Amino acid sequence: MQPFHRPGDTPVHRLPAQVKIVTALVFVLCVVATRRTEFLAFGLYFAVLAGVWTVARIPPVWLAKRALIETPFVILALALPFVAGGPTVDVLGVAVSEQGTLAGWNILAKGTLGVLVSLTLAATTSPRDLIVGLQRLRVPAMVITIATLMLRYLEVIAAEARRMRTARICRGHDPRFLWQVGATARGIGTLFVRSYERGERVHLAMVSRGWAGAMPDDPRPVGRSAWLLGLVPAAVAAAVLVGVSL
Amino acid sequence: MSTSVAMHMSDGLLNATTSMLFIGVAVVGLAVAASRARATLDDRTAPMAGLVAAFLFATQMINFPVLPGVSGHLLGGALAAILVGPWVGALCVSIVLVVQALVFADGGITALGANITNMALIGTAAGFLVALALRGIAQRGRVGLVSVAFIAAVVNTVLASLGFVVEFAMGGETSFPLGAVAATVVGVHGLIGIGEGVITALTVGAVAAVRPDLVYLLRGTQRPLELRTAEGVAA
Repeated sequence: MQPFHRPGDTPVHRLPAQVKIVTALVFVLCVVATRRTEFLAFGLYFAVLAGVWTVARIPPVWLAKRALIETPFVILALALPFVAGGPTVDVLGVAVSEQGTLAGWNILAKGTLGVLVSLTLAATTSPRDLIVGLQRLRVPAMVITIATLMLRYLEVIAAEARRMRTARICRGHDPRFLWQVGATARGIGTLFVRSYERGERVHLAMVSRGWAGAMPDDPRPVGRSAWLLGLVPAAVAAAVLVGVSL
Repeated sequence: MSTSVAMHMSDGLLNATTSMLFIGVAVVGLAVAASRARATLDDRTAPMAGLVAAFLFATQMINFPVLPGVSGHLLGGALAAILVGPWVGALCVSIVLVVQALVFADGGITALGANITNMALIGTAAGFLVALALRGIAQRGRVGLVSVAFIAAVVNTVLASLGFVVEFAMGGETSFPLGAVAATVVGVHGLIGIGEGVITALTVGAVAAVRPDLVYLLRGTQRPLELRTAEGVAA
């Protein structure tokens, strides 16, 4: 799996996580609320994002590779012009549904912008900081506990899966690309129990060292200037939305 | 198109009004789940909840083929409900969906409300109610428990996909014939449900074999420890 976090020390990286989470949410809400025929607005949203990438020093190629996660949605968008009903228009000699083309464009544009916003947030904020950000946004402590343990246990599961694979190879298993899927599937219950028992030991060790469910946090309040600076992209997006809706 | 319905909804699939409505539904549902979950989360169940979430997260990344060109992934509501109970389970699935949307850009941020409503609230509730109704069979033995897990997972998947159909009817693209969408979505999820059922049954079976004390559905069924001495059963 490619890492989604890109460590750095730019103004975007330094912004408090909660500011970035709120900005990302507002920005995407503006994108979704935009009428699908306002093509200029989508271009402006993209320009705002490109500005953030410049400040955060994220290369477009780095983003493009990770944005491929969106591919299944794009396939749907490309199919829409051909499967939807209604009046048709000719494009390069092929009759395509007018409504379907617009619907496909709608999903493609909004989905792509949404993916790019999430990627920008993830690239500039480490998973730990995202959790601290949610904590500062008053997300219930229990949710934070589960989320923290989940991020920790992802590594545990991956490590146990590797160990089980090594053990299978030691016993004469010959893992090829697709054939190891069967063995992995049969061992999925064992993987779960092994991961749990290892996780339980780690958890008890953490509890005995004083962990009470919350991440250690800097108690200093966030200044107004950080909020003002961080909310600039959201404010621009809101202005664009208001501008095209009038 | 079926490729997409088998995954999380993305931004822009539902209009803003419907998205906001289901964000409201999700927030209310999660608030109820959080208040009820507090009583059940202790030192032993907290790592279990974290592991269930991590496990769902990892398995949701793997898409298994259902039909040519169509793939599905685990929804996990029934698995979470049977292992950690409905309240903590709903929270686990929701956390997975939120982190996927924020960190891995899988599923749209504004579609989160609808995704949580389908997979975390409807899915977990459906899976748990089925498991609860068949609890007598599940407690009879390993075969019973594994079959109940399978059935709960199939019902969870199909009902969660019906949630999507309702949301799509309320605020989706009107250029799609709703009947065809419903038939495709429910049909595909019937098949996904079989894969989901197999994974759920395997996992629940393995956990119950080694650590039956960790399976929420089996709580209160352990026989108290008997001390047997040469003279017979001691108190």
